[in-house]
Amino acid sequence: MLFYIFALLAVLSGAYMVLTRNLLYAGFALLVTLLSVAGIYVLLFADFVAVTQLMIYVGGVLVLILFGIMLSSRVHDQSVLSESVNKVWGTVITFLILVGLSHTILHANLSALPWLQAADTNVLGAQKSTVQTIGIKLMTDFVIPFELASLLLLIALMGAAYIATDKQNV
Amino acid sequence: MEEIPLEHILLLSAALFSLGVMAVITKRHAVVVLMGIELIFNAANLNLVAFSRYDATLMQGQLFSLFVMVVAAAEAAVALAIVLRVYQYFRTANLNQINQLNK
Repeated sequence: MLFYIFALLAVLSGAYMVLTRNLLYAGFALLVTLLSVAGIYVLLFADFVAVTQLMIYVGGVLVLILFGIMLSSRVHDQSVLSESVNKVWGTVITFLILVGLSHTILHANLSALPWLQAADTNVLGAQKSTVQTIGIKLMTDFVIPFELASLLLLIALMGAAYIATDKQNV
Repeated sequence: MEEIPLEHILLLSAALFSLGVMAVITKRHAVVVLMGIELIFNAANLNLVAFSRYDATLMQGQLFSLFVMVVAAAEAAVALAIVLRVYQYFRTANLNQINQLNK
């Protein structure tokens, strides 16, 4: 039941994000969507992913996006309103994608897949959270992607700082 | 707690993905296009986490979704820096009016 409330919130605020013309309203609608998705992660027994979603998306990416909106438009001006183009074709293509995906999902007969039936759905097992498993995996099986991610973040930090610097004044 | 059917999670993910695609297609402000891309990332992550429930011992879906989040954060930082530079130069973030790469 809680899942459907979160799902409804996510879809409604996502739709509001697409339909509204005001950039700031779109940003806050995205906030509600991201929070609902974090709640759904909790319901799917992914507590660490939910906390990461809150910290990275809500705490990081969304703040960045709001800064981007405020630095690239004047709030009391027309520039905080974004115009839409290709409305008809965009809606048609989106609707076709949605219908195609839903048709595929509903006709895939997922519950009959043998590996899904044989799977052990008891994610937590004897533990109370997934944090220990994820920590061990990150330091054993996934250590190379983990180190590459740290390198990527360092490069992104340097690149973003370099691009955003005003070179004429340095 | 009752089990959430896998199909319902996938349908929600499909809806979020379609909304993200619609934002990317119809909106002309660069930041809103970025927000649509974040929505698409979230839809993909939702699928990964949903299937990770059937992979209890390895949990590869959840780990992969963590790496997707890292890449999304890096992408957002660099893309917003580019948007700010473009806005400083063109005085607009409307993608239809930005039509040259050099000064």
